[in-house]
Amino acid sequence: MNKRVTFKSQWLPYALLAPQLAITLVFFIWPASQALYQSVLRQDAFGLRTEFVGLENFAALLADPLYLESFHVTIAFSVGVAAVSMSASLLLAVMADRVIKGATAYKTLLIWPYAVAPAVAGVLWFFMFNPTIGINAWILRTLFGYDWNHTLDGGDAMILVVVAAAWKQVSYNFLFFLAGLQAIPRSLIEAAAIDGASPTKRFWTIVFPLLSPTTFFLLVVNVVYAFFDTFGIIHATTSGGPANSTTTLVYKVYADGFVGLDLGGSAAQSVILMAIVVALTVVQFRYIERRVEY
Amino acid sequence: MVENRPWLNLISHVVLLLGVAVVVFPLWVTVVSSTHRGIDLMSAPIPMWFGDQFLANYTRMLTAGMDSVAGQPLGLMLFNSLVMALTIALGKIAISLTAAFAICYFRFPLRMTCFWIIFITLMLPVEVRILPTYEVVANVLTPLRKLLGLFGYEADEVVLLGMTIDLNLSMLDSYTGLTLPLIASATATFLFRQFFLTVPDELTEAARIDGAGPMKFFRDILLPLSRTNIAALFVILFIYGWNQYLWPLLITTKPEYVTIVMGIQRMVNVADTEPQWHLVMTATVLAMLPPVIIVVAMQRLFVKGLVETEK
Repeated sequence: MNKRVTFKSQWLPYALLAPQLAITLVFFIWPASQALYQSVLRQDAFGLRTEFVGLENFAALLADPLYLESFHVTIAFSVGVAAVSMSASLLLAVMADRVIKGATAYKTLLIWPYAVAPAVAGVLWFFMFNPTIGINAWILRTLFGYDWNHTLDGGDAMILVVVAAAWKQVSYNFLFFLAGLQAIPRSLIEAAAIDGASPTKRFWTIVFPLLSPTTFFLLVVNVVYAFFDTFGIIHATTSGGPANSTTTLVYKVYADGFVGLDLGGSAAQSVILMAIVVALTVVQFRYIERRVEY
Repeated sequence: MVENRPWLNLISHVVLLLGVAVVVFPLWVTVVSSTHRGIDLMSAPIPMWFGDQFLANYTRMLTAGMDSVAGQPLGLMLFNSLVMALTIALGKIAISLTAAFAICYFRFPLRMTCFWIIFITLMLPVEVRILPTYEVVANVLTPLRKLLGLFGYEADEVVLLGMTIDLNLSMLDSYTGLTLPLIASATATFLFRQFFLTVPDELTEAARIDGAGPMKFFRDILLPLSRTNIAALFVILFIYGWNQYLWPLLITTKPEYVTIVMGIQRMVNVADTEPQWHLVMTATVLAMLPPVIIVVAMQRLFVKGLVETEK
């Protein structure tokens, strides 16, 4: 789409674009190209010599059981976050769509976690699940006899980060599900009600299928969130442990590159992550084209 | 509502109340814990009702701080976070407005190239290019040095027109480094571009007939029209800036540049001892307060911003 009426100037558009382009080139394009470049190089331990090694860094990475494990961890984490937060928020949105009294109050009380920083959300749940003093750990111990300890048990640690990440994402999903529900024509639901369909049947045969564009959109957004925006939650609570059970791909790039200073390996990991972002973005954009038809 | 089902209404309210309880419970625990003495939080179960240390804890944290963050008072950390959030939000809005204006209202060579360069940043979050970005911030002139290197020029400084220019410019441990690299924004540029495309061409024609140049049109017509969009975007970007974590973690080492979100992590991860939870929770409440207030107070703008940035 283009404007029919435009202004004429030889230099003004470049001047207007200059700040955005300068920052983009220096802090985005340049580092990304460096990551691509370094991913095919190997540096010796003292940084004195670098040599071209082709795809060796990638081959080494894909043969590394720790890296493959972080793939599994990331997938388990994303599926957990998306499943927990999307099902909880869909349930709440369906209920909020029904009620008349207090709808605004419910909405306000449900959306504020969006504003909480991931790292802070992590610390909140870390405190509540603290094995010695945490209230949730205490409830699990006294009521269910379960000895919660996320510093020793990888499963517990995973549940902790999934709960913290999902808790923060519920507000976002809730808002979009509610908007999606309110966009469904009332006449369809009324017609089904006159035909004698129960609320449950109406939900599964009419509301849920009509909601599928929103659901799919949120699925992509939640996966992107779980992949890239949850570094703070993991770093502030479990630091990837115990025994790498919560080391996601992004956490591993940080740990290997910034803490472990493995240049080529970290660059190769960056390149793989970039490929994942590109794939997710393409999925998101193709979907948005489809949404227009609805 | 389609039909009257009292039982279903009751169930709806019960489910919603349960949901709200689960969502709000962490906030309750945090606020309650921040009003107790450290000794009250040593053994389970911790108190679920307010103590009497509210003033003591908050005054101590705001003015004195904790040893694990080099005794930096929270006042300073909150200030750093505020600087970061405001600079990022306003900076992103400013440069995206001008970029979108240039792309929409001018025809010039390389227009689509510029558009795609900005678009690509959408696919390059900091998280995927941690190390090379750190290297650039450590010396912003690295790209220039590499270019000069291609022409066989390798030195720490260059002499130009009689002036000696140092080729080392580090942004580590500075407000510039904390904010500038995060200011580029494809999302904001797209949002404003979409909006400018809906502004009728007749307005531009009328302005031109009245003799207005491009900048006057931008300032007096486009900016006032974009007001609600700017406000909605500001809410989202303020939260984004306030909640930054990985970036300040990478590029700051000096305690005077610690932001509040980072500071909390340092208070929790103390070696060989339990964190002082009553003070950590005090800091947590203070860290959550500004963005939460903004979301709750500007709910409509917040929702608008969320929906529009996802288009």
